[in-house]
Amino acid sequence: MSFLLACPFCGPRPVDEYAYFGEVTKRPSGSPTLRELTEYVYFRDNLAGVQREWWQHRAGCGEWFLADRDTRTNEVLEVMLPESRKTS
Amino acid sequence: MALSEIFFPKRMWRPRPELKRRYEVVIVGGGSHGLATAYYLAKRHGITDVAILEKSYVGSGASGRNTTIIRSNYRTPEGAAFYGESVRLYEGLSDKLDFNLMFSQHGHLTLAHSDRAMITMQERAEVNRLLGIRSSVIDPPRIAELCPELDLSQRPAYPVVGALYHPPGGIIRHDAVVWGFARAADSRGVEIHPNTEVTGFARSGDRIVSVETSRGRVECGQVVSATAGWSSLVGRLVGIRLPITTHILQAFVTEPVKPFLDVVLVSSQLHVYVSQTDRGEFLIGAEIEPYTTYKSTGTLSFLEYSAAHTLELLPQLERAKVLRTWTGLCDLSPDYSPILGKTEIDNFHVSTGWGTYGFKAAPIVGVTLAELVASGRTPDLIAPFAMERFHTDTLVSELAAAAVSH
Repeated sequence: MSFLLACPFCGPRPVDEYAYFGEVTKRPSGSPTLRELTEYVYFRDNLAGVQREWWQHRAGCGEWFLADRDTRTNEVLEVMLPESRKTS
Repeated sequence: MALSEIFFPKRMWRPRPELKRRYEVVIVGGGSHGLATAYYLAKRHGITDVAILEKSYVGSGASGRNTTIIRSNYRTPEGAAFYGESVRLYEGLSDKLDFNLMFSQHGHLTLAHSDRAMITMQERAEVNRLLGIRSSVIDPPRIAELCPELDLSQRPAYPVVGALYHPPGGIIRHDAVVWGFARAADSRGVEIHPNTEVTGFARSGDRIVSVETSRGRVECGQVVSATAGWSSLVGRLVGIRLPITTHILQAFVTEPVKPFLDVVLVSSQLHVYVSQTDRGEFLIGAEIEPYTTYKSTGTLSFLEYSAAHTLELLPQLERAKVLRTWTGLCDLSPDYSPILGKTEIDNFHVSTGWGTYGFKAAPIVGVTLAELVASGRTPDLIAPFAMERFHTDTLVSELAAAAVSH
């Protein structure tokens, strides 16, 4: 079965309403080498376990947010707004 | 055939009670790719000191869960040449393995519903023809000749305006491919170990020296990982990251009906592919789920949209009932082409990044990986699919030739 995901604004909705934007990645700081950049762009942890990831409520309010989801069970442990949204 | 063979059929491969202390080659994953690699290692290179370690039963992953479609009408010259060779190998495989794989090359139609799709079809047809692969763009009257059952009227929301016709395409019995390779590899001395999960690797610098399994440790000369959706997890045990994400792909069959569809139909616009199996069931597959997951459970939304989209093509299936559905894990790469061959670890080779079309490539993966393991050199055919391409920005984009969601 698919699962429910709770938008921070709209509450629990079917996952089909959302767009998925992948695991949270860390942009290399300073002056990265080309190899560090290609690693950042293409390579992923692809965890079997709890991963923090980006979602957007595309068919709803349009908000971007983060979720901690267990990829083995699709259980969503927590949803949160990104830091930049909290302070604005 | 003696009576005893009917009532007490022989096993197709031998049970192996214990792991040896060392193997020249350890293959992780007992699916079509791992088994094919073992088979060609033994057959073409005389390397039989090989163990296949499979965490579940043989063929339990994507090899036994795909929609059995074989084709080579890809868009990039690299992809088309590679899959072209795979189809040629499949054509002779029943004979080579002495096992009827029930390969029916009854033709493959990729439907276009827009001018833009027709341009892509034309491009694929040209690339294919240059490489000697039979593909052509055909118009609705010709489609009607090949597949009179298809709804070519203006009724659907997106009427069919043309198709890419690929005569060598067709369907095969996927379990037979797995069993055939397993039996042939076993008879040449390869050891197949089901229910043997790899739990770790011991490294000495840039080499793997031994493999930890749920049944003890084995030393190894070389390691091949052919673990599809689980590739990232095996990579993590070795200590490397891969450009892979894992998604589920689903399919279903209807109850069997009288045979009336003898081509494979694919529509990328409707995100669906349809064929009728030898048993009469309609086999329908669709998109991967957009989010990454390792939970192999189907979704209702998949059944809803794939059924609705199939009825746009074949409205006469309206009353057909769904018999069963299933799900498998797919290993997606960023450019929708496979990642094949060497890694930064000297004696660790991978077959991954197959997305939704790994099964089609099984024989050619076996041939090329066996050559790599035996000679240490990367065969020309798979050189474009090296993992290093993501660092040199020489991607091989197969987005346009994927059946659906790619």
